[in-house]
Amino acid sequence: MNLRRAFRVFQRNLTVFSKLYKSSLALNFAEPALYLWALGLGLGAYVKEINGVPYINFIAPGMIASSAMFAAVYETTYGTYVRMTYQKTFDAILATPVNIYDLVAGELMWGAAKSVLYGTIIMLVISIFGLVDSAAVIAALPLIFISGIIFSEISMVFVAIVPGIDSFNYFYTLFMTPMFLFSGIFFPLDNLPPLVANIAFFTPLYHMVNVCRSFAQGHMAGVWLDVLWLLAAAAILAPFPFRLMKKRIVR
Amino acid sequence: MVIVRVEHLVKHYGNLCAVDDISFEIMKGECFGFLGPNGAGKTTAMGIIYCFMPPTSGRVTVFGLDVTLQPSMIKARIGVMPQDDNIDPDLSVLQNLIVYARYFDIPKKASSPRAWELLDFVELRDKANVNIKSLSGGMKRRLLLARALMNDPELLIMDEPTVGLDPHSRHAVWDNLAHLKVRDTTIILTTHYIEEAERICDRVAIMDNGKIIEAGTPAHLMARYGGNLEDVYLRLTGKKLREEIA
Repeated sequence: MNLRRAFRVFQRNLTVFSKLYKSSLALNFAEPALYLWALGLGLGAYVKEINGVPYINFIAPGMIASSAMFAAVYETTYGTYVRMTYQKTFDAILATPVNIYDLVAGELMWGAAKSVLYGTIIMLVISIFGLVDSAAVIAALPLIFISGIIFSEISMVFVAIVPGIDSFNYFYTLFMTPMFLFSGIFFPLDNLPPLVANIAFFTPLYHMVNVCRSFAQGHMAGVWLDVLWLLAAAAILAPFPFRLMKKRIVR
Repeated sequence: MVIVRVEHLVKHYGNLCAVDDISFEIMKGECFGFLGPNGAGKTTAMGIIYCFMPPTSGRVTVFGLDVTLQPSMIKARIGVMPQDDNIDPDLSVLQNLIVYARYFDIPKKASSPRAWELLDFVELRDKANVNIKSLSGGMKRRLLLARALMNDPELLIMDEPTVGLDPHSRHAVWDNLAHLKVRDTTIILTTHYIEEAERICDRVAIMDNGKIIEAGTPAHLMARYGGNLEDVYLRLTGKKLREEIA
């Protein structure tokens, strides 16, 4: 795998994005904003505080993690799949010096970059609304990149194995949505059956939410285990998208 | 000088044998055609030569380099015009060319003039900033040809270059190929059009069911088997090549 060639794939995605970004940014910003209003203000009128913070302050940092996650996943499920099958963009690229490993690396970097972009936007917005207690939240950005890599790796494994675009429904309904709901963003997991928290421990979003929430409150040291988990997950998952995408595309 | 050497190439997809032990050499500057029906194995053979997929067995070298060992070095020197339309639909005509050049590490100050030059070559200059969706099929094929030439390749591989084109566009592509031949570019193409094979190929290999039945110059084949190239094809394979109507 050659990083310069991988960057060319990244650059191509960036060029296309720079033509289409306006609608994309607006839409991707709307969803977390809606959650904050509906749950933060709506539900927050009834649920006054959790763990000593107002409800909207409790959920806001987690929205950074989830927006970043969905940005990476939408891009590296539907985006990658459409490029691969309908547009046949990957066939075009693979007729050049770029090889399949460069291509997968470039797509992963792109997914992670979108993660950072959308995570940053939400971070800025919730900071402007005073929902963040500490500037230390900025230190979450490199970890958002790592979580973007993790989610892109997982998504690309699915891209490599699904028979059709409809199969992503299973991915979203059976994995993404439960993970989102039970990640600790909207409520702590302590009062649920231990099984739930045990399963959540093995999902990336749970750890990323812990990091964002802690950093937003100015407590950085307490989440070192979550940080280690994220770094380990990114490394352990890494071979799979490369191996499986190669198997699918280069027959 | 031998540009492409293929020795006992075999390619299986699971139980399907797409290429069944073919061997040939392609010399510098020649235009070599693979003539055969859909499913003959032509596209697969091309895909292996341009390092898109590996052989199951056999040896393929391009510019003296093994396709399984140094694919990126080979691909830097070849241009591929694929059968399928894999143009970037979100980019303009010109942007497609500039972005493609990046994969070869060609910087914008070199790729931009080259792109305009090629747009002139394929007569798409006035469509440079147009969205791909508004291009006709013929224009898309011409864009694919221009794209395949962005890195000034020594070897051009064209898979069914004029399929689905109207006669005017077809002749325009043939004129382009004539120009490239003058510049000593080696060209490999696949086709199921007899007229294309007769008109522009220096040598032709007749392929069916993954095998090369016979190869030689069109004149040699016609002298040996009688009639025109279509008769040769019928005699050697027992089939008529169905001409597709554009």
